[in-house]
Amino acid sequence: MREEILQRIRQNKPQLRPLPKIPDFAPLREDLVAHFKEVAQGAAIEVLEEEEGITTVVAQQYPEAKQIVAPAYPELQTVAITQESPLEVLQNIDLLVLEAEWGVAENAALWLSEVRMLRRVLPFITQHLILVLPQVQLLANMHQAYARINLTEQGFGLFVAGPSKTADIEQSLVIGAQGARSLTVVLT
Amino acid sequence: MSEHAKKAANFIADEPRTDWHDESLWFVRTKRDRAAASVPEWEQLRQLASDIKDNVLSNLDSYLEQFEAQARANGVQVHWAKDAHAHNEIVYTILERHQAQRMVKSKSMLTEECHLNPYLEERGITVIDTDLGERIIQLLEEPPSHIVMPAIHLKREEVGELFEEKLATEKGNNDPQYLTEAARQHLRSEFMQADAALTGVNFAIAETGGVVVCTNEGNADMGVHLAPVQIHSMGIEKIIPRAEHLGVFTRLLGRSATGQPITIFTAHHQRPRPGTEMHIILVDNGRSEHLGKKDFRNSLKCIRCGACMNTCPIYRRSGGHSYDNTVPGPIGSILSPNTDLEAHSDLPFASTLCGSCSDVCPVKIDIHEQLYKWRQKIVEVQGLPAAKQRALKMTGKILAKPKVYQNAGFLARNFLKVAPRFMVYNGLNEWGKSRELPEVPKQSFRKWYRRNRRS
Repeated sequence: MREEILQRIRQNKPQLRPLPKIPDFAPLREDLVAHFKEVAQGAAIEVLEEEEGITTVVAQQYPEAKQIVAPAYPELQTVAITQESPLEVLQNIDLLVLEAEWGVAENAALWLSEVRMLRRVLPFITQHLILVLPQVQLLANMHQAYARINLTEQGFGLFVAGPSKTADIEQSLVIGAQGARSLTVVLT
Repeated sequence: MSEHAKKAANFIADEPRTDWHDESLWFVRTKRDRAAASVPEWEQLRQLASDIKDNVLSNLDSYLEQFEAQARANGVQVHWAKDAHAHNEIVYTILERHQAQRMVKSKSMLTEECHLNPYLEERGITVIDTDLGERIIQLLEEPPSHIVMPAIHLKREEVGELFEEKLATEKGNNDPQYLTEAARQHLRSEFMQADAALTGVNFAIAETGGVVVCTNEGNADMGVHLAPVQIHSMGIEKIIPRAEHLGVFTRLLGRSATGQPITIFTAHHQRPRPGTEMHIILVDNGRSEHLGKKDFRNSLKCIRCGACMNTCPIYRRSGGHSYDNTVPGPIGSILSPNTDLEAHSDLPFASTLCGSCSDVCPVKIDIHEQLYKWRQKIVEVQGLPAAKQRALKMTGKILAKPKVYQNAGFLARNFLKVAPRFMVYNGLNEWGKSRELPEVPKQSFRKWYRRNRRS
């Protein structure tokens, strides 16, 4: 089957066309933080520049959260997740706090690599998500992001650009479809 | 009357609903316009995307081989399917080996094209579509009417009634927030129970052997990260050469589809999770044949954003189901004749050739030009309907002789001025069934020109 398909492609493909070079596109705005915040607002992302630290953010934004997974913040974490944690534990997570590697100003997307998310399903199955990003890790656009990310390093990688959402019923926007119901980004 | 015209006539019989459908889609189109206008290099990105896809199509065999080798090195099992049947068989074989009973599936137009669900259901597998719109139409036992917004044709009352019956929601509660919450609870329990998960693929990278899946709901990831078996089905044209090209395509896709700066989740699957299996199925199903058609191969560049549907004056007013094809709208009308010219020969005529589809296409497919070329092909093969043939022959004769044309114009102007309506709009006038003639001018252009410009 494989050879049959490849053979037909060889017969039918047009003459080789060159691969274009992607130019360096200038940032859409000079102030990346301001741009990120503005786009994030449109995607229902709460952005905080928290000086007091992540503990305060959690206490203020998610006072109800009990099952908290925060591998980088032992003082916050109430549940430790491992590769063996059963589904029953995963599906009861109220809040997940992770450190993002990169943020993109033009679309408020944040890059999470597998190593930091512990289990691939965590950023989806959690009820709420907090991502912490150092401001110096903000990039202007997706070209800059893909230039810095090495996809082959890890088994899975993810851009998250907001809480899970849908508009499948009459184009009415509903936040919290299958994944996290809210996303808070803490810029440090 | 063509099949599309018949089905469209049913759709527009409900005028307020047609207007509502039209406005819903136009709203998405305007969001797309705002998103596109916010990126100064938008036109440059479209050209880049189109050029990258040109390179892909001209080197598809090598890229597929490179992709396969990389994916295998990553521990992924790669399968090749020459047609829909082969694809379905591969999926079933994988499921059977794992004794899988329940499979969750995220949106995949390819599996619609292959009619995977009925194939698996006949063999005792329960398939649950997990995109909200897809779940709605699956419960209604309808095909999608749009590739990005599968349930765009339905009103909230209809979804409310459906959920009341299927998911035991409160009677008369049609609030989208409430209904979405009910679907969330229902689907979360399905994700937990699934033995396998299947997704479509937005982009497959030859350089890395990985695939990229874009969703807003997060349903594709809920599925594949929980189930022990992960399957990605992709058309062979979904290949892109390198990871850097994702920069171009992710900037275009979300903005073109719904006016979002990017889809909420852009998931990059590289290797299976420890202890689980990851499969990628490369599906041809007519694509390698299509590649050989010079006039039509550009349509293989499509990234399935749906922008051409949202802007199309015919699609907006006739609904996706009138096209009777997995991919409806302008792009569907140029893709479908490749697989079955006979069955879909009416679709290239379901267009005004206004060209708006080509203007919004993020990979610059010459959609309206291909529609016109398909019309010529179809007439070559099938001929024209007798009435159209007579009318065009007559027109040809009149236009060939200036004197005859002048007289005909004179007669028509005077006839239309005095003739009662039934004499103009009757069974013989196919064209006038759904159209009104413009007001008759007082004089011919020739006369006007003589008076005003010749001096």
